[in-house]
Amino acid sequence: MFKTFPGGVHPPEEKELSEHCAFEAMPMPSMVILPLSQHLGKQATPTVDKRAVVARGQVIAQADGFISAPVHATITGTVKSIGREHNSNGYMKEAMVIIPAKLKEGEELPADVSLPPLDPSTVTADEIRARVKEAGIVGQGGAAFPTFVKLSPPEGKELDAVIINGCECEPYLTRDDRFMIERPDAIVSGLTLIMRALGVKRGVIGIESNKPDAIASMQKAVAGHEGLEVCALQTKYPQGAEKMLIKAVNGREVPPGKLPLDVGAVIQNIGTAVAIHDAIAQGEASLTAAVTVTGRGIRTPKNLLIPVGTPIKDVIEYCGGLTDDAAKVIVGGPMMGVAQFNLEAPIMKATSGIVVLTHDDVRAQEETSCLRCGKCIDACPLHLLPTRLARLAELNRLEEAEEFGITVCMECGSCAFTCPAKIPLVQWLRLGKQRVIAMQRSRKASAA
Amino acid sequence: MSSVTVTEAPNERELLLSTSPHLQSRWTTKQIMWFVVLALVPSVISAVLFFGFAQLLVIATAVVFAVGTEALIQYLTKKPIAVADGSAVITGLLLGLIVPPNFSLVFTALGAVFSIGVGKMLFGGLGYNIFNPALVGRAFLQAAFPVAITTWTVPQFAVDSVSKATPLAALKFDGVSTAISPLIYGNVGGSLGETSALAVLAGGIFLLVTGVANWRIPAAMTVGLIVFGGGLWLLDSSYPTPLFHFFAGSFLFGALFMATDYVSSPITNLGMWIYGLGISLVLVLIRVFGGLPEGVMYSILFMNAFVPLINRYTRPRIFGEVKS
Repeated sequence: MFKTFPGGVHPPEEKELSEHCAFEAMPMPSMVILPLSQHLGKQATPTVDKRAVVARGQVIAQADGFISAPVHATITGTVKSIGREHNSNGYMKEAMVIIPAKLKEGEELPADVSLPPLDPSTVTADEIRARVKEAGIVGQGGAAFPTFVKLSPPEGKELDAVIINGCECEPYLTRDDRFMIERPDAIVSGLTLIMRALGVKRGVIGIESNKPDAIASMQKAVAGHEGLEVCALQTKYPQGAEKMLIKAVNGREVPPGKLPLDVGAVIQNIGTAVAIHDAIAQGEASLTAAVTVTGRGIRTPKNLLIPVGTPIKDVIEYCGGLTDDAAKVIVGGPMMGVAQFNLEAPIMKATSGIVVLTHDDVRAQEETSCLRCGKCIDACPLHLLPTRLARLAELNRLEEAEEFGITVCMECGSCAFTCPAKIPLVQWLRLGKQRVIAMQRSRKASAA
Repeated sequence: MSSVTVTEAPNERELLLSTSPHLQSRWTTKQIMWFVVLALVPSVISAVLFFGFAQLLVIATAVVFAVGTEALIQYLTKKPIAVADGSAVITGLLLGLIVPPNFSLVFTALGAVFSIGVGKMLFGGLGYNIFNPALVGRAFLQAAFPVAITTWTVPQFAVDSVSKATPLAALKFDGVSTAISPLIYGNVGGSLGETSALAVLAGGIFLLVTGVANWRIPAAMTVGLIVFGGGLWLLDSSYPTPLFHFFAGSFLFGALFMATDYVSSPITNLGMWIYGLGISLVLVLIRVFGGLPEGVMYSILFMNAFVPLINRYTRPRIFGEVKS
């Protein structure tokens, strides 16, 4: 029996579309759109002006404040504009557009900029944090939290384990799987660096059982490293959610409103571990995103290394284009990803996948009344009562929704996936959650 | 799920938009309902086998009037006609299977109209009824036609010891006990679909294995029956044994098909245990101390009334929550 958590669902895995496609580097795009906020926290401040010539690897926007990350030019060229553009989260955000420079007679392109490589075996905790910050690395798991912040825990927190998240529980996506097969040593090196930065002695790599090749590859890579282990986990969504992963690996439950570090754990994604290794050992900033392009709506599924800022439509074109029955383009996985309405939106640092679903996959079905079957309750990994919360949200009974824990919901979508009545449960919860949070804010404001 | 279609300018391609999740399980309301219908087929067959082909008429009458009533009410109240979801078919089937053999077709039809009209549609239709509609109809028939509903025909291959009276009534009023094996096959007096434990179990196990019915309710009812029925039997061995309680009358049919009705049972796991134990407690009390030989119907209806309360007080512990 593999370790896991109670609850969860089993969506079709669909990994076979791309799991055997080795990473390939996508050629330089014709332009890049670089949102100044590709992370949680404050937007970065531009350091170059319109029409400036920038080199690949050069900083174009500086981190602003503690929770922020710098942005680097990912191609060499000219700054065409700085203004509001659609990003792939569906928002309009400040972004810098860079196009390849038109050379005049005798002009030369500036050389690529990179950071001086450091020796991973001797680098200190402070040097690791400084480099991770400088390289603009953000969490690759989806939330895009600036990584160096997670490497700087507040004083007095007892940490005892770093867990590398290799679950990749979202259906379709295979990029973490490919990283574990192709770059196991970089992951182990990244994990060792994270452990050194945090002063932690135990490192665990959690992998779902549907990736036997990755499990074997990582087991081989950790052999002989003291304190490192591979933990095979049951294949079940959302096994890769932080709270579920910690529960499965060491049995601890992160209380509502608390962080993994409150139970002594720090979680980093596979891609983040690779990025940390590359930033230290090769001096590489966060310039490329590892992205699985897949689904039955795309002609040739691939795992790609793509310059950050590349428009989605260029990536789709590189993968042979959309099929005739393509219906929905999702950035991220199909359980929590964002459906796109503008394919000019760019690949961002934390983009993990582009999944194109067909009409057959989407199967929009008619909604019926709630049967009170309780399948959503069995599915909820956080032990909430989705059907009840959805109803309370619909009726705008916010105090009761708050009492029943609506703000704890992480919007994993297990309830809406499983519901036979096809009620958009998580969508109601999302709405209710936002309203309850707004209510709590105004309550706090009036109390102050 | 509602989707918005947008036209994406450069390629003129239509893309669907909605918020996550973008995948849905294959379970649908309709599918669940038709699975339950399928699970009732063995009971229909056993009814025909033991009481003759005429019973198909009784069952068909119940189904036709249940579906017709629902469609008519939906039409009159200008709601979408939703009988294709199969839920009214189930109510009709269940009612048809819990009346005596050769029951008057007129009474059967009245019962079906009452089940759907009062038991279900008056509360707001699918998903809103407090009581199990089929049992509401049966309770109505019990009150309106008390003699007809307790007139039991002899099963086709009956040996005379178990004729006329049901095994529970035989024990209660005449002190005659029935062996377990005829109860298992169903060659005894009783309601159409309830006499054959084998047929009921076949359908019930199908529902449990496919995950349509939640196992906790029948499990809790069985535990309750052993504890409460067995407890009384230990105190005084003239009371029925738990095994007899289990196989006689409508216990199995009630546990697998009536108490597991989603709408009228609790949604929390702890709630399901409380509900199932409560049903068995009331059932044993009625069977042993009450005026009626059988109490499954009233015990389930009784506990149905407490479901909103049970749901309210059995909120599960939220992940990571520490009880203060």
